[in-house]
Amino acid sequence: MRAVIALPLVWLGIFFLLPFVLVLAIALGTNAPDSVPPVALGLSFANFKLLFTDDLYLAAWLISLRIAATSTLVALLLGYPMAYAIARAAPARRPLLLMLVVLPFWTSVLIRIYAWMGLLARNGLLDQFLRWTGLAENPGTIIGTEWAIHLGIVYAYLPFMVLPLYATLEKLDTGLLEAAADLGARPLAAFLTVTLPLSLPGIVAGCLLVFIPSVGEFVIPDLLGGTETLMIGKVLWDEFFTNGDWPLASAVAICLLVLLLGPLALFQRQQARSLERRR
Amino acid sequence: MRGRVRFAIAALGFGYAFLYLPLALVMIYSFNESRLVTVWSGFSTKWWSALLANEAMLSAAWLSIRIAVVSASTAAILGLAAGYALARAPAFPGRALFGGMVIAPMVMPEVVMGISMLLLFVGVDRMFGGPARGFLTIAIAHTTFAIAFVAIVVQARLADFDRSLEEAAMDLGATPWATFRTITLPLIAPAIGAGWLLAFTLSLDDLILTQFVAGAQSQTLPMRVYSSVRLGVDPQINVLATIIVVVAAGALIVSGWLTQRR
Repeated sequence: MRAVIALPLVWLGIFFLLPFVLVLAIALGTNAPDSVPPVALGLSFANFKLLFTDDLYLAAWLISLRIAATSTLVALLLGYPMAYAIARAAPARRPLLLMLVVLPFWTSVLIRIYAWMGLLARNGLLDQFLRWTGLAENPGTIIGTEWAIHLGIVYAYLPFMVLPLYATLEKLDTGLLEAAADLGARPLAAFLTVTLPLSLPGIVAGCLLVFIPSVGEFVIPDLLGGTETLMIGKVLWDEFFTNGDWPLASAVAICLLVLLLGPLALFQRQQARSLERRR
Repeated sequence: MRGRVRFAIAALGFGYAFLYLPLALVMIYSFNESRLVTVWSGFSTKWWSALLANEAMLSAAWLSIRIAVVSASTAAILGLAAGYALARAPAFPGRALFGGMVIAPMVMPEVVMGISMLLLFVGVDRMFGGPARGFLTIAIAHTTFAIAFVAIVVQARLADFDRSLEEAAMDLGATPWATFRTITLPLIAPAIGAGWLLAFTLSLDDLILTQFVAGAQSQTLPMRVYSSVRLGVDPQINVLATIIVVVAAGALIVSGWLTQRR
């Protein structure tokens, strides 16, 4: 058993944990464009100070958190009814319905965001459709706005919301709902007092699975967002690839990691608990 | 009761339309005559022949497939060990940390993992003079990221099946290794297969980690797609999207068949 634990532990220790020490070390250094790699090691907190005093970076943090939070909420509102409907469907139908939710996740994210580029583009299919139905004479372009980023995140992460919700809703004892009905609870009251509280672990897991990665999302704001909406994942990317400022990009990574440590720990505890219950 | 059924149909109908309409349109427009992806001007397969003659795209696809096979296989072994440890190991010090470390790469923003792994490879390169960034570094990055997904599938399978089979074998004098080989492994083999397939498709799709650790020489499929998509919509990408959706559906069906089978 020791060897079984040691194998993944060593791998993840070397390739997942150890690199963060390096990132921290680089983040404390300064940019040195003339050397290879472009870093002068040191012990300076200038990069971190910049990230929390410069208006541009501060705005990027706030926008990222806000977009991730609202997208998570929308994904929950869209995903909950879906998960509920699948959990209540005939058992024979559930695997197919579930598979249809998972399939988009198995295709490429890049391709799925690309699909929206064609839909949302100026004079794109959505524009044409709106004009054809007469709903809007001259629809404004959606691509390049925050709307498009929200849409992209909800679209890309919806499977991550539905799966944990389904897992808790499916195990829900329907006898409890019958008992509530027998005691005179209306369906809505039964839902609010029985179903909703009991599905809380699924809600928490689903929200964390959507929220954590979307805070640092890069592809979606890059392809669907405009130049004025700067999310922090894009800041990291641009500092690294465009400006070649490795220390500043590393500082962004460290801050992002610290920011998400709380949600990450919560998610891990939730996973461990749901495993305990299954045992 | 009637209202509830109608609600379920509405929720699923809207949800699936949202998920599939954009993909369906991309697939339909791969057969469009026009170069413009927003105007339908007649049926044509010319973009299909254009993609199949696109050397750069094909060699990128071949590189991606080879990386995906290597990283999925490594991740299957490591993920099996991690999932088994999480489901079966008695409490040990640092178990929560171990569990957290296994699962964290699943949700960690990819830009963070990307930059950290690149810095590791740069550091190793400076200290030991290698390995050069390319196939190997990409495969290691993809493996690290995919372990979590395999571990979760394996762990779920282990939590589901009856432990008494393993206990019976042990009572009859089988060593832990023999028990694992003759009882546990055959029972969870489908889950390992499903985990491998998931790791394979994740590796095939990954852009961000790859962009960080790839170096100048290697161009994987998503890197090519990304540089083409940044310039705008391109009918050849529609063709590629169609192929990817069909392949993903096939992989998912196989995986579903593996995990459903008892």
